[in-house]
Amino acid sequence: MAKMTMVQALNLALKQEMEKDDSVIVLGEDVGLDGGVFRVTDGLIDQFGDQRVLDTPLAESAIAGMSIGMAAYGLKPVCEIQFSGFSYQNFHQIENHAARLRWRSRGRFHVPMVLRTPYGGGVRALEHHSESRETYWAHTPGLKMVIPSGPRNARALLVSAIRDPDPVIFYEGKALYRAFREEVPDAEETLPIGQPQLVKEGKDITLISYGAMMRPTLEAAAELKTKDGIAAEVIDLLTISPLNEEILIQSAEKTGRVVVVHEAPRSFGPGAEVVSRLMEKAFYYLEAPIERVTGFDIIIPLFSREKAYLPGTERILRAARKVLAH
Amino acid sequence: MPRKKITISDKVEYLSILDEKGQLDKKLEPDIPEDILLRLHRAMLLGRRFDERLLNLQRQGRIGTFPPIKGQEAAQLGTIAHLRPGDWMVPAFRETAAELWRGRSLESIIIYNNGYSEGIDIPEDRNDLPISVPVGSQIIHAVGLGWAAKYRKKDDVAMTFFGDGATSQGDFHEGLNFAAVFQVPVIFVCQNNHWAISVPLSKQTRAKTLAQKALAYGMPGIQVDGNDILAVYAAAQEAVERARNGGGPTLIECVTYRLMMHTTADDPKRYRSDEEVEQWSKRDPLIRFEKYLMDKGLLSEEKRSQVESEVIDEIQAAVDRAEKQMETLGDPMEMFDHAYADIPPYLKEQKADLARELSMIDKEGTHG
Repeated sequence: MAKMTMVQALNLALKQEMEKDDSVIVLGEDVGLDGGVFRVTDGLIDQFGDQRVLDTPLAESAIAGMSIGMAAYGLKPVCEIQFSGFSYQNFHQIENHAARLRWRSRGRFHVPMVLRTPYGGGVRALEHHSESRETYWAHTPGLKMVIPSGPRNARALLVSAIRDPDPVIFYEGKALYRAFREEVPDAEETLPIGQPQLVKEGKDITLISYGAMMRPTLEAAAELKTKDGIAAEVIDLLTISPLNEEILIQSAEKTGRVVVVHEAPRSFGPGAEVVSRLMEKAFYYLEAPIERVTGFDIIIPLFSREKAYLPGTERILRAARKVLAH
Repeated sequence: MPRKKITISDKVEYLSILDEKGQLDKKLEPDIPEDILLRLHRAMLLGRRFDERLLNLQRQGRIGTFPPIKGQEAAQLGTIAHLRPGDWMVPAFRETAAELWRGRSLESIIIYNNGYSEGIDIPEDRNDLPISVPVGSQIIHAVGLGWAAKYRKKDDVAMTFFGDGATSQGDFHEGLNFAAVFQVPVIFVCQNNHWAISVPLSKQTRAKTLAQKALAYGMPGIQVDGNDILAVYAAAQEAVERARNGGGPTLIECVTYRLMMHTTADDPKRYRSDEEVEQWSKRDPLIRFEKYLMDKGLLSEEKRSQVESEVIDEIQAAVDRAEKQMETLGDPMEMFDHAYADIPPYLKEQKADLARELSMIDKEGTHG
């Protein structure tokens, strides 16, 4: 057990999986000598050499496409796209090939690759560095879309993603990389992909979120408790797709009131899917319309204004109190 | 502070061995075993006649849209003939003759082209990726496969096919660049058939050749007469041997011509002249190869007719088998197979919904 940042925890997952399985290959821009711009792959090239950790030429489409070829051969590539804002350059490789090769070859080939990429705002970054576009990937059949919310679950989910037989898009919240430390056990730990987690039990209202928005959501839950005497139940989705709704339905049936929080734009965002599932399966238990607290349907502003764009504790509290007032 | 010429030591060669009149350059003639020559001839004839039959089936509404290969058989067979079963083929979508050479069945192509995914089935012992429709996007997969083979210390190679249009794509550039940087055992086969649907080669590039693009990546590039199977065979032999022996990738530009439409949904009369097509018909790869085989005494008119009738029978039998098999392929529920290794719960529900809907339609007697 050691207290680790998310960067260190992700590094541990990669290191241990590479030690166990020589089919795990890390590739991307600056992942070798530089250890990745956020240092997630730090030291891997020293331990495993440049045949396991590949500094590639600067081309996102080829990084993803080469990973597809490696995976079709039977390797388990973990590629890094330096910022999710650059991953649109490889979108067609994932959409046309990674997500479809199992189906298109009727099971003859599959693509056990992981595409890791930092997403989201909150770190005063450059343009094209701060958006949240998980919906693009979640909308593509054949893909899995995973977003951890802290060091411990990031490590466990990355291990599961590497072992998963299907392609996994793995979003790492930049705002979480060094935000806080958690105890991360040295012994192997995995988490099932496609399984949301109940992180806080409550009876009055359900707050559903994931990724970097889990922190303000949990803060809002704590404040509801101390200021309003409200027991909020909090669910961390962890996986956006495939979205398992069971735990969401159970919670909505219990509390009758739901708020969904994400920093991605509101329209057609993951919140819309969560709300639809609850409308379809928990409608008669709902006491109030479900509220969404999200990014706005605009390009995320330059960093001096990003705080006003990102959902924060206050905005979540306002939405929760509105739902509770019904 | 000079301004001077940088000497680039690489060169781009053009190779032609058997010209359109069937004249042979004896000095360049590759030493191809007789049985391989005859196999290549049969495969060319099969590719040609099958293409014609597919067009026929399409016009009769018995299959859907497909891309004919007529005129490009030599480019496909002269290259693919060098692959061993463990090697990897990464096709675009106009490589029917090469796919048949690799062992894909005729009926699977008919079934696929009639909209049934059962036609995609790839047996475990054939290392071929399925065809790739988004132009050029498959090129980089060959690089990943080649890298993996090298990493596993196997001497397998990967061969990928694409057209002249694909060389305008970023994926072509990225693929060749990665291949050269990582020195992977990959053979890039460009079937330069002069037309990307309606856009001619002259509007695709200002470069004199496509082969020369290899030099910028630091790999050998060669332009060959793609309708001359001897030239294609010789160039591919060199490239495959180099790749297998750790010498890295090669780009082969096969200069050929698409004698038919892009796909059966296209009318080439809108963008090119009959005269041009006629000129290229005279350079037909099959005619000159048959003359070569006859000059060598390996083929006679009689033998040729025999192969021809065997091929026609083989195609007819495949059409019969395919049509019989398709009668059993009506179940739409197949579409849910192979989405993921494990089907997620909500997808199970969607599948059950469709099954229920179909059974209700069945009961009402309106289905099918």
